[in-house]
Amino acid sequence: MTQASLGDSVVQKEVHAQQQNNGVAANITHTQPLWLLAEVTYRCPLHCAFCYNPTDYDKHTQNELSTEQWIQALRDARKMGAIQLGISGGEPLLRDDIEDIVIEAKKLGYYSNLITSGVGLTEKRIQAFKEGGLDHIQLSMHDITEEINNFITNTRTFELKKKVAAMIKNHGYPMVLNVVIHRYNIGHIKEILEMAEALGADYVELANTQYYGWSLVNRSQLMPLKEQIDEAERITNEFRQKVGNKMKIFFVVPDYFGNRPKKCMNGWGEVFMIVTANGDVLPCHSARVLPGIEFPNVREKGLEWAWKDSPAFNKYRGDDWMKEPCRSCPEKENDLGGCRCQAFLLSGDAESADPVCSLSPNHHLIEQAIEESKNPQIQAQPIIFRTDKNSKKYASGESNERVEAFHALP
Amino acid sequence: MENNIQPTDIYALAFHHRFQWEEAQNSYVILFPEGMVKLHGGAGEVIKRLDGKATVADVVADLKATFPDAQEIEKDIIGMFELAVSKAWLRKVN
Repeated sequence: MTQASLGDSVVQKEVHAQQQNNGVAANITHTQPLWLLAEVTYRCPLHCAFCYNPTDYDKHTQNELSTEQWIQALRDARKMGAIQLGISGGEPLLRDDIEDIVIEAKKLGYYSNLITSGVGLTEKRIQAFKEGGLDHIQLSMHDITEEINNFITNTRTFELKKKVAAMIKNHGYPMVLNVVIHRYNIGHIKEILEMAEALGADYVELANTQYYGWSLVNRSQLMPLKEQIDEAERITNEFRQKVGNKMKIFFVVPDYFGNRPKKCMNGWGEVFMIVTANGDVLPCHSARVLPGIEFPNVREKGLEWAWKDSPAFNKYRGDDWMKEPCRSCPEKENDLGGCRCQAFLLSGDAESADPVCSLSPNHHLIEQAIEESKNPQIQAQPIIFRTDKNSKKYASGESNERVEAFHALP
Repeated sequence: MENNIQPTDIYALAFHHRFQWEEAQNSYVILFPEGMVKLHGGAGEVIKRLDGKATVADVVADLKATFPDAQEIEKDIIGMFELAVSKAWLRKVN
């Protein structure tokens, strides 16, 4: 799954809408986990090179939460105000209890979203989801060409995805497509948008790869040129003008090429809560890379303690933790210094400014990464796919291929 | 954006959108794929009245009767319709 798809746009839109003073409240409550992301399994039939899941995910494929534990987590989070539920993974459909989770979500009043590759979605299951009250399904698509789809996912799933898209539409679901953008498909933006329109998509997210997990390992192989991103954005804007409100298109700008860092997760522990396959409770997808933090687990003290009282969730709330140049920066409220995980992975200092910021003393690390991605010799290194075998090698320490430069295992 | 809301127009919540009261937020919300908005009391009162039959004029009349002391309420209501239509939270029924 893509990191950008799971919350940034939601949160941005909410905040954006909140800024309108016409009928929309100005008082956002910053202390409720409005979004609960349930990463119900790390098992996945696809092997995407850009997956944000931890490279050592294999450690957590045998100790997944039970159906009862998930249902309890849903209940606890709902009591605290959670309302948007993402059911993700890995591939959530590899579990056979998603139907039960969907029914409970409906009962509790969640707006629920199944985030899937489409593999394992059958007529029987989609019917059960519809009856159970699932609100929408977000399908990942990879390219208009079978070749690129099959290459980047390391599977033969191209025809299947088109079938699943039709199935989603036939069942009256809004069609939400998520397309992760990288070097191999960025030249096909227009064709990808045309395909989305032909499939009857209501929402399309063009999520430029952000570099965490497997995508950080494959950074030099995936990163497009700045000029390609600018061109992709231009084409997207043109397409938007053409289709209007019929198909909403989100273009998630990659932070490596932005001027300012992203306000990651709209702030640490502000609106977003993730429960991972093994029950860890996280304020962001990759928080476990950070040093010296013990993340709570739902098997221990429960979600309310995790959100309100755990040292982990309080660690980067507010801005007391900030160092210069963030501390005295006039922009600090806009971006909260960027992403803690990116800061640590790249610089070794979790409290420093996100290196993507041009004011960061570590900004050269980003410039260097962009230069490396243009180096034909580095480009030519093979992609390391997200497979159980590769994950086992990282988890056991048998391999540190292309992760030596980072301060934690991505 | 000009939406030209007419008194005879009938609006309903857009497809795949859900409107509900949220106790934890003490407000109405509209939920849709990948997003949500929190509505303050007045805005929620407008959306609450959209049953697929009520015209804009009906909604205005009903809200005027419910909140007789509110000043310039009609302008606020039309403003809410304009915003909601431009955001595609509503669809036109007639």
